[in-house]
This record gives sequence, C-alpha cells and structure tokens, in this order.
Amino acid sequence: MKRRLLLLIPLVLFVVLAVFLYRGLALDPSARDSTLLGQPFPIFRLSTLEDADRQVDESLIKGEMTLVNVWGEWCPTCKQEMPQLLALEERGIRLVGIDYKDTREKGQEFLEEFGNPFEVNVFDPEGTLGFDLGVYGAPETFLVDADGIVRYHHTGYITPEDVEQRIVPEVEKWRTD
Amino acid sequence: MAHRLMRTLMLLLCVLWSAAALAAIEVREFDSSLQKQRYDSLNGSLRCPKCENQAIGDSESPIAGDMRERVYQLLQDGRSDIEIQNYMTERFGDFVLYNPRLTGRTWLLWGLPAALVLLGIVVIALIVRARRRASNHALSAAERERLDALVNRERTQ
Repeated sequence: MKRRLLLLIPLVLFVVLAVFLYRGLALDPSARDSTLLGQPFPIFRLSTLEDADRQVDESLIKGEMTLVNVWGEWCPTCKQEMPQLLALEERGIRLVGIDYKDTREKGQEFLEEFGNPFEVNVFDPEGTLGFDLGVYGAPETFLVDADGIVRYHHTGYITPEDVEQRIVPEVEKWRTD
Repeated sequence: MAHRLMRTLMLLLCVLWSAAALAAIEVREFDSSLQKQRYDSLNGSLRCPKCENQAIGDSESPIAGDMRERVYQLLQDGRSDIEIQNYMTERFGDFVLYNPRLTGRTWLLWGLPAALVLLGIVVIALIVRARRRASNHALSAAERERLDALVNRERTQ
C-alpha cells in the first residue's frame, strides 16, 4: 500500500507545477511594484511646462495628496488615458503632470487638444526625474500622500474601470485630510 | 535562387544597418581599457526594464539607452560596480539584475536547486540502502531447506 502511494509522487509534482505555471500565464510581467512604494518622492529641480522661468522641486508634491502622472505627446496611450484623468480631477483629486521626454511646444499642444486635468506640469525633456522615478515608459502614475510619500504605483494605461476599482479606493485609503 | 539571394542580401543589409545605427548613436571615450571592460560587463549584467529579456547593452529601447548613459556617467564619477548596480535597483527594482541578490524575496530562487539536489541525494541513498539490505538478506533455515529441495528436485528430474 505504501509503495502504491509513492507512485503518486510524480502526479502530485505535476499538479503543483501545472498550477504554478498556469497562474504565471495570468501574470503581467510588466506590472512590477515600484521600488518607491513607502519612500519619499525623489528630489528634483525642473521648470514647468507652462512657464520655462518657473522652477519647481519636490515640495510641489507635498502638502496635499497628489496623483502624479507621467505622460508625453509621443505616447498614444496617454491620449486615451486623458478622459480618465479628467474624471479623477473632477472628483477633487489633485493631479500633477510630468511631461516626459517631450518638447515644450508638443507638450502644450497635447494639453490644448486633449484637455488639462493637471494643476501644473513638470517639464522633464531629458527624462531625469523619470529615471529617478524608475519610469521606463509612459503613462505611469504615482499616488503621493500629503507627507510626500509614494503610496501607490500604476504602470501603464488607467482604464475607465481602473478609475473606480483601483485609483479612487487607493486615494480614499491614503487620504489623511 | 534569385529570390533566396535577394532575401539573404536584405537580411544582411538589415543587420549591417542596425549595427551602424547603434554605433552611430553612442560614441564613448573611456579613461582606460579596464573602464571600457567594466562598462561592457555592467551593460551585460543589467536587464532592460522595458524589454523583458534583453540586457541594456543589447537593447535599442530608449530606457536602455538612458541606463547605458547613466552607467557611463557613474563610471566617470568613479563609482564601483556594486554602487552602480545599487543605483539601478533603487530605481528599477531587482528585476534589472540578471543575477538577483539573495534576499528575503529571492531565497527560494537560489535555494530550490540546492534543495532539489540534496533531496535527490537522499532519495538515491535510500534506494541504494534498500537494495543492499535486500541482497544481503540471509535465508532462514526453513527457506534454505526449501531451496535445497527445489534444486534437488530439478536435478533428479
């Protein structure tokens, strides 16, 4: 009887492996947790997209819960994402944009054409702030609490469903005011 | 035949073209050949975060280019290889290291092969021991008698 049970070992191993690999199929390899979660927003010093003479730094992100969205005119998904960002702004969430690897003219044209939900846009033509944020594409979105700590990271497109199912719950969760 | 030749030529052209394009973008000057070596080995050991399975040295994705540039700058600043790798993992996570470090999250990755080898050794040892015991098994007096009877019967027949 004991010997018979031993014959089941390969089957058990197979089932364990199959379940493990099957779960792997549903994982998105590009959706990785940001290393910034629980960390302060990186320091930076850049001008704004709106006004080349206005310099801003990380204190811009502090003081109020802020959704920081990394976008660029060259990024087609960012255009699709704009209605969702506008909806989030209408709910009273503060949004700050980072115009990533863009030119000033194209960035401004983009906002004119697709709407501007952002209180202000940081102009990051070299992608230096993006690099410190660990951004490797656009769009990417970071939720930063009032103390300037990164609380949530969304890689890629925010779908209309994501607004209600992911972003708003996270905002509620980390809101301190 | 002409078709095949054409295709080969096209392929060759593509390969040469992309190599030329890459070479044209990045011209770097190094203080020493050692620094160049370190640059190449770092580029080979860091994984491009955008492209799933390509080293930053092999990838044409924009972020890989940015990372190569940063590696170069950090080397010029006199940073060590470990510092440069830390700089990258602080931003892009463990994902960018082709040789992930031994941490709380990766112990299974490093430990499982060794554990499986150990398990294999134990299993083999058990099997060998069982076999040895079976072959050493001495016959009891009754069994020997029966064996002799069987052998003798066959002889007499």
